[in-house]
Amino acid sequence: MATRIFGSGIRRREDPRLITGKAKFTGDITLPGMLHMVVVRSPYAHATIKHIDTTGAEAVPGVVGVFTGVDLTLHNIPCAWIIPNSNLKLVPHPPLAKEKVRYVGDGVAIVLAESRNIAQDAAELVRVEYDVLRAVVSPEEAVKDGAPQLFEEAPNNIAFRWIASSGDEGLNKAFAEADVVVKERIVQQVLLPSAMETRAAVAQWDSGNEEMTLWVTSQNPHIARFVIAGVAGIPEHKLRVIAPEVGGGFGSKLPVYPDEALAVWAARKLDRPVKWVETRSENYLVTTHGRDHIEYVEMAATKDGKVTGIKGTIYAGMGAYLSTAAPGIPTIAHGLMYSGVYTIPNIRCESIGVFTTTTPVEAYRGAGRPEATFLVERLMNKLADKLGMDPVALRRKNLIPPFANGHVVAIGLNYDSGNYAAALDKALGMAGYEQLRREQAEARKQGRYIGIGVTTYAELCGFGPSQVAGAIGFQGGLWESAIVRVSPVGKVQVLIGSSPHGQGEETTFAQIVSDELGFPVQDVDVIHGDTNRTPMGWGTYGSRTTAVGGAALVLAARKIKDKSRAMAAHLLEAAVEDIDYNDGKFSVKGSPDKFKTIQDTTLMATLAWNLPPGMDPGMEASQFYDPPNFTYPFGAHVAVVEVEPDTGQVLLKRYIAVDDCGPHINPMIVKGQIHGGLVQGIGQALCEGAVYDDNGQLLTGAMTDYAMPRADMFPRFEIDHTVTPSPHHPIGVKGIGEAGTIASTPTVYN
Amino acid sequence: MKVSITVNGKRHERDVEPRMLLVDFIREELRLTGTNMGCDTSQCGSCTVHMDGRAIKSCTCLAVQADGRQVTTIEGLATGDTLHPMQEAFWEHHGLQCGFCTPGMIMATTAYLKDHPNPSEAEIRHSLDGNFCRCTGYQNIVAAVQSAAKKIGA
Repeated sequence: MATRIFGSGIRRREDPRLITGKAKFTGDITLPGMLHMVVVRSPYAHATIKHIDTTGAEAVPGVVGVFTGVDLTLHNIPCAWIIPNSNLKLVPHPPLAKEKVRYVGDGVAIVLAESRNIAQDAAELVRVEYDVLRAVVSPEEAVKDGAPQLFEEAPNNIAFRWIASSGDEGLNKAFAEADVVVKERIVQQVLLPSAMETRAAVAQWDSGNEEMTLWVTSQNPHIARFVIAGVAGIPEHKLRVIAPEVGGGFGSKLPVYPDEALAVWAARKLDRPVKWVETRSENYLVTTHGRDHIEYVEMAATKDGKVTGIKGTIYAGMGAYLSTAAPGIPTIAHGLMYSGVYTIPNIRCESIGVFTTTTPVEAYRGAGRPEATFLVERLMNKLADKLGMDPVALRRKNLIPPFANGHVVAIGLNYDSGNYAAALDKALGMAGYEQLRREQAEARKQGRYIGIGVTTYAELCGFGPSQVAGAIGFQGGLWESAIVRVSPVGKVQVLIGSSPHGQGEETTFAQIVSDELGFPVQDVDVIHGDTNRTPMGWGTYGSRTTAVGGAALVLAARKIKDKSRAMAAHLLEAAVEDIDYNDGKFSVKGSPDKFKTIQDTTLMATLAWNLPPGMDPGMEASQFYDPPNFTYPFGAHVAVVEVEPDTGQVLLKRYIAVDDCGPHINPMIVKGQIHGGLVQGIGQALCEGAVYDDNGQLLTGAMTDYAMPRADMFPRFEIDHTVTPSPHHPIGVKGIGEAGTIASTPTVYN
Repeated sequence: MKVSITVNGKRHERDVEPRMLLVDFIREELRLTGTNMGCDTSQCGSCTVHMDGRAIKSCTCLAVQADGRQVTTIEGLATGDTLHPMQEAFWEHHGLQCGFCTPGMIMATTAYLKDHPNPSEAEIRHSLDGNFCRCTGYQNIVAAVQSAAKKIGA
């Protein structure tokens, strides 16, 4: 091979089906005899249900069934991240509300009909009588005495209270003795994830075999099976969950929702396939939202700019119910990241999860870490202002020095590797920072307002290890799995437990296998997203697919290599240790002409006519991989904006990003992940934000009203990288899915 | 109502509800599911197709309005096995990730280039105002359109 396949920006193998319209998303599936489901939803944010009359809807020709909460035989939708030591209130979340609705969009009935139009028409005829109650939208207001109460079991609407501290005594001392303290109230507004494909589900019941198949827009079909099996009372081995082509997720397709459980229930009840597809306005109402923090944060420092402490009190909106992973986001994924890339000896986060009469909040790209990075970086800039220091000089003064194998921060996390100054130097060099500052001063004299924002960040991703998952209350494991299955003639199927949906692992994972084993990349197929075909895995989120699943794959591939080496040694009548490997060929040391290809060894192992003693036939390897630690990608970003003084409009003039996610398997895909992350993060800084009125009505309930970032808001991003491998990953990679989102909001804002 | 619509060169006669949208006609009646619905309100452009050679959003057009017209969808853009230069360019420049908005993006930009064969980067970005992508950050889509423009113009 002339150029190494690892690290090569080859075109994606996913693309041909996507650019020709042949890809099949869940909404594209049609089955014979299929019914269409529409969910009747509450128009009120908070109300008791007095009566539901379904007779009008039932009378519509073509309607096959109308059901309400009392008809269902489903368990409640569970929350799966039960944060310990937080007095978490596990409130019930019934798939259809029976007594009370708690947000606009809460389901109260389902209509099943022969067509979607009929179902929609009939849904309008379901009469629901409500007693409307007061709504509460802001998590800060919801905890006050006298605020409307969502659940009896959660006084003051407090879902949990969680504290992480490096030691309160030291922290209090640091603040008491600080030369300067800066404070800020930060609103992390509600964001709508807005995956371009809305959610959908198709459920098919095989009554003969008592088996259910569910196609669903999921980032983690194995978790969906795990949860829905419990909710619907179907044994896991009789429930097949398939995530076909999935049109973006960004966290919003991580949770398990009532809707897919309802489709499953109805398909079994009526013994016909059932399809449900969200409209966009329904997506904005009921698919989980992101962020929703109100934060009171403070930073203490000496007068020469050494940060001595940071603390925050966070009111984190949970919405009306606890979504699958929601409690983990403003706690574990947030409060543990207050050190950022700095040496800060005293750290404390108190996070108060709060129920409000709004759509449930979940992970949204970055999930907890963007909020942490924002507040740390915002405080750094406030501190620089107060001290009259250059914000870059202040950051440099506090950066953690380079480390290659572990650095424990005050809050207890052990960062894997980092060279923060190197990334900062590179970004500043690309930006021409000194020159920019001169231009800024010059422009100011002319009445032009140019802003320069600089962020240095680290994030926590590659979620595992499972032992930690258990300790932090995550109700699942965080390992991944891979099977490498080689056919007799050397075509490879890779089956993975994680479930990419746009990130390109069909390509990068084929590159990994090709690089490890020498099979041509076109001979390697990566199969994912089907619980009946793939081994168990915990899904694609938290930039963990390559960081954890990729490690499983490397180790599985190395098992194939070991077996092939043993097979080659046997065939070449040499000792295993005398076999050299190079690019798919096993040769006897010193005799490169005496060799067997990996295709030869595979065929011979599969025929099994002549195996070495003790070797099993076949060429297949399976690997479960539980990482020993998280990974900690990092980087430095610079933004240049100009503010139009008359209108306040902010124009983004330049954006420079230097990210370090370890080695790049496919640089083109890495850059693509950064571009997309940047736009989402900058969108939060400049235009995005969900707005509720005081009655809990979502005013930004369609793409007409929610300010999605558009192409003409952005300059061409200037992207580069540094490479600091993770010491604990077999190929050093860290994950790049969220970095852009995490760093870009404060960079533009500052 | 009876309609006769030519889609990707083939005439289809159907009796449809007056309220049926063109996108539903394409997806449900013809089972051409490459054209996607992203927003229902004409913002996102995922449903873009060509009608008589011009880009339209098929979620904002009734099937009856397309009666007697020529419609091209993403399935009809390639010539046999030869991809349209815009499809090639999206592939080459990594102009897609999840791929849901992609058919609409490709249909919108191919129509745009017909009227604007040599657009600047700023013009391309402006032309994409009616097409949302949540994955790519647009940068590689712009690169793809620039590259396709060159190839088509050459």
